[in-house]
Amino acid sequence: MSIISLKNINYTYPLEEKQTIHSFSLDLEKGCVYGLTGANESGKTTICNIIRGFIPELYKGELTGEVMIKGKNINDYNIGDLATIIGYSFQNPFTQLSGVKDTVYEEIAYGMENIGVSRDKMIQKVNEILKMFQLEDLIDKNPFELSGGQKQRVAIASVVALDPEIIILDEPTSQLDPKSTEDIFEIIQLLKKQGKTILLVEHKVDLLAAYCDEILLISCGELVMQGPVKEILSDPKVVEYGGQLPQVALYFIKKAEANGSSASQVPLTVQEVYDHLNKDGEA
Amino acid sequence: MSYLSLKNVSYSYANGYEAVQNMNLDFDLGESAAIIGQNGAGKTTAVKLMNRLLIPTEGEVFVNNLSTKKATTAEISKMIGYVFQNPDDQIFQDTIYKEIAYGLKNQKLESAVMKNKVEAAAEICGLKESLNEHPYNLPYSKRKFITIAAVLATDPNVIILDEPTAGQDRESIERLGKLISHLANQNKTVITITHDMEFVVREFKRVIVLANKQKRRDASPREIFWDKELLKLSDLKQPFICQLADTLGYKGILTIEELLERDKNETYYN
Repeated sequence: MSIISLKNINYTYPLEEKQTIHSFSLDLEKGCVYGLTGANESGKTTICNIIRGFIPELYKGELTGEVMIKGKNINDYNIGDLATIIGYSFQNPFTQLSGVKDTVYEEIAYGMENIGVSRDKMIQKVNEILKMFQLEDLIDKNPFELSGGQKQRVAIASVVALDPEIIILDEPTSQLDPKSTEDIFEIIQLLKKQGKTILLVEHKVDLLAAYCDEILLISCGELVMQGPVKEILSDPKVVEYGGQLPQVALYFIKKAEANGSSASQVPLTVQEVYDHLNKDGEA
Repeated sequence: MSYLSLKNVSYSYANGYEAVQNMNLDFDLGESAAIIGQNGAGKTTAVKLMNRLLIPTEGEVFVNNLSTKKATTAEISKMIGYVFQNPDDQIFQDTIYKEIAYGLKNQKLESAVMKNKVEAAAEICGLKESLNEHPYNLPYSKRKFITIAAVLATDPNVIILDEPTAGQDRESIERLGKLISHLANQNKTVITITHDMEFVVREFKRVIVLANKQKRRDASPREIFWDKELLKLSDLKQPFICQLADTLGYKGILTIEELLERDKNETYYN
């Protein structure tokens, strides 16, 4: 049984004439990391909102099709239960922070307070999360005094603190420097090892190539490509659909073109090239 | 003196936190630069000192020979436009047209002139079709372009873009690149904070690295991205193609094209 299953979803926002999502079907398996990518306004965030139930709970409009979470129709969940199963970190960290807590420490505990976690357990969890996200030095700071990148890490940390089975991260690294971005991807790897299912909206395909199991490419509200990372991110069709290919893949595709050879199964990451060279003893 | 100049500038926030330490930077008109560095390195504070959103605790910032300590914000903001990191800090009108026109209101322009300026700025930011829409009908990535258009409409000599590449797709990043070269051709200075190293390689000849409140190096992308010691100390990474070239044993390469060219030569000599 897939942990998330969308069947023939169509959705139109209120007052809009054009459908944002058409005939969208998707099955996501437990414990996998999915990279959802595509041009801006292709419907990535809308799909996240449908899976989380914000559509149609908060955004009305016209939704047809079926959303199943853990084998149960999403309409049969109450929104509170859904919140503990699916964690959702918003695209803009500035809107994620509660605004009612004065310190990073309290901000991270806030979600747990709301669902009535015991004090001891809460303190233990907050400390674990602070360590995981390397936020220990910021615990006494006001979340709104943090830099953009620090805010983003606090926002994601407060979602992971609730220990949801499914985690949706909508552009979690958009405000982050390269080092913190890789740190977030390392955390995603760790969450995968804990058996979490992760849906990651991201433009940084070079990192998706290194960390995801599957790529979902969306264009104009349709799922146009889906498959293992290696297969999708070496296919030039990605670019036609408004997506991007990793820099390393682009180089090898262009190199093959220059040599007049075919470019299937090119390496996607520097690590892959490094491993290959060392295996052959050419390095 | 350069058009924009930071002389031994330090800045501490009211709570005592020092964000910028003894920084010296000079920009001539028409000279663009990317500012890179870790989150918390002092990048946003440094640029806010340039447009007088902040006034140095020590040292001085000069814009066109005018110290920001003596000038008014109105005087400085005519010369230096700043696009905030978070577009929602900056948007407060109910149509995109009004938002872009807002900064022009004080200039007492004829309405036709104003309309021209708004439309020109909207055009270059890809917003011409959306002028009558509510800013919040557009997604975050497009809202960023609204704030850029609003600043461009006021025609400042220096434009500061704070993380314009954040959350942008390929097409928008290409649009930003075109916008930056267009401004450079008009002899404007564009100072851009970004974490997108590929973007830096493509669009800038000058890169300033900040780390731990200080300027670490001010040089060309090639010098910066092959100074591995500097990158390590500043917690930065080489662009992916530099990493690939390094793994393949080629030094000094910055782009896919250079790497392909290098391949050709290898084959030739083989």
